[in-house]
Amino acid sequence: MDLRLDNLTKRFGDKLAVEIPSLTIRAGEFFTFVGPSGCGKSTTLNLIAGLEAPTAGSLHLGDRDLTALTPHQRDVAFVFQSYALYPHRNVFGNLAFPLELAKRPRREIKRRVETAASRLNLTPLLEKYPRQLSGGERQRVALGRAMVRQPQLFLFDEPLSNLDAPLRAQMRKELKRLQKELGTTFIYVTHDQEEALSLSDRIAVMRGGRIQQCGAPREIYDQPANTFVASFFGSPPINLLDATVELDGLRLGDFRLPLSPPTGALAGTKLALGIRPEHIRLHAQPAEDAWPAQVTLAELHGGQSYLELDAGGLRLTAVADAAAAHHPGQTVHVQLMPDRLLFFDQTTGVRFNK
Amino acid sequence: MDVKRTAHWLAGLLLVGLMLSFVLGPFVWQLITALKPEAQLAQLPPLLPSPPTGQHFATVLNAPGLLRVALNSILVAAATVALAFFLGIPAAYALAKLQVRARNPILGTLLCLSMFPAIANVAPLYLLFIRLGIRDNPLAIVLAHSVFALPFAIWMLTSFFQEIPDDLYRAARIDGCSHVGILRHVVLPLAAPSLLSVGLLVFIFSWNEFLYAFTLTATERSRTLPVAIALFPGLHELPWGEIAAASVLATLPVVALVLLFERRIVSGLTAGAVKG
Repeated sequence: MDLRLDNLTKRFGDKLAVEIPSLTIRAGEFFTFVGPSGCGKSTTLNLIAGLEAPTAGSLHLGDRDLTALTPHQRDVAFVFQSYALYPHRNVFGNLAFPLELAKRPRREIKRRVETAASRLNLTPLLEKYPRQLSGGERQRVALGRAMVRQPQLFLFDEPLSNLDAPLRAQMRKELKRLQKELGTTFIYVTHDQEEALSLSDRIAVMRGGRIQQCGAPREIYDQPANTFVASFFGSPPINLLDATVELDGLRLGDFRLPLSPPTGALAGTKLALGIRPEHIRLHAQPAEDAWPAQVTLAELHGGQSYLELDAGGLRLTAVADAAAAHHPGQTVHVQLMPDRLLFFDQTTGVRFNK
Repeated sequence: MDVKRTAHWLAGLLLVGLMLSFVLGPFVWQLITALKPEAQLAQLPPLLPSPPTGQHFATVLNAPGLLRVALNSILVAAATVALAFFLGIPAAYALAKLQVRARNPILGTLLCLSMFPAIANVAPLYLLFIRLGIRDNPLAIVLAHSVFALPFAIWMLTSFFQEIPDDLYRAARIDGCSHVGILRHVVLPLAAPSLLSVGLLVFIFSWNEFLYAFTLTATERSRTLPVAIALFPGLHELPWGEIAAASVLATLPVVALVLLFERRIVSGLTAGAVKG
């Protein structure tokens, strides 16, 4: 069933925490709220869970109005960043707890706990207590406790951020696989843009309590709604350059960038030109529409190196094959891929549709 | 190097010895007095009773009404603990984890209450309890003790409950707990060691308290041990031997309680709840 948010608003005193005019999270999708800390993503999740009451607005799951229901009545499961396992209960006790509260028969509890445990490779740990488990194991127990409920919605609040990098990558894959297998809606909150891009079917990018853009990862990355979304995603971050529209192209500092079709009508407009580092072509020799630039910094990232470039005062970041062995002081010729250029309003930051 | 280490060790030993004799001194003196024959009570030397006598203990244990008084003491202390928990646990839970509007003023008021000198409350409480018709009734002592025990219990429990991570409360709510359920399934099991120490402290306070127990009682019907000991009947002079023996006996249950629960009063039970 779809989850529908209508005019959902949360204020803490005078401070606006969340304001979402309208959003539908489709049944069975992996939906992610992403944004910097304080953007309202966790509050949104708490509102969906019922851990916070909205100041205004409503939530519907299918035809059912969730707004006034308790967290339990909403039939949602929540996985916390801190795992929030009950320290005085062993793994079995933790998984069984929601079912015990629901007064399920003992045999059913046992069966459901064992099913969830075997699915998450927790069977050998059932007798252990949380303090005896590693971070990754605790994470899986928290996941298991959510699964035994067979809820309508799974809610995740930065579940992977307490894990170290290799484990995080592994759990990311497991989560994705689990979501496909269960076919249940996952609503996920993270500040990690890479996590959001790799996991989600759709992403809502938040800032200051408002959704900046909502769409598929590809769409968010390739057609960001504004400069905030553009700079939030991508590593290294997108290049944003001040540009002025001329009769048949753009002027960036000393350089001209021809554009077609002609742009005469807009001549004189100032805008921000966005180009992702991987969309800058580097030539060793001068080429058409390529500008000479000096490498000021070469940072090795495995197979790639991130280059800081200075093109007559214009600062750019580009990604190059590490095998090319660029080094500071070297001169290269940069060419911006014309079909990859993004144009933003310089004051509002909103992207122009050419 | 070794000399220095030995010196440190000796200094430490000396300090511990001083502290122990300061704390245990009165108790040991009491014990010596209790075991001294009547004739040696006011004499020094001998420091140690020679020969030790069980006479005073025998007198105390055979004294009429002692059982009644001991039962009163147990009843009053237990009831004070029960009342402090019954009212204190929900109050502390609310103050620690719910969005209580006047949280800090409430906590401040409680602190002020417990800072009131006991003597200032004696007269008003005395008059109040006469009006209520519960003078010379153990209930009066329980209520009077709760005036001090309850703020103390609420303060301590509030800070213990606050230490339990918020996410555990939230997880319990998601899993289907009401507030009572959260108390029962999460807070109380996790705060058990803290509850034990608070309960023990309240029990000891009530067990030892003299001023109210003395003022609000008139007969052995409601007297507690400290009062009964102070009023130990002597014919011509104060029966120091019996008083000492009774005091030693009255201390033993408390010592036993502490020894019994000492091991349970350990922290670290919450380890593993959240990433730490």
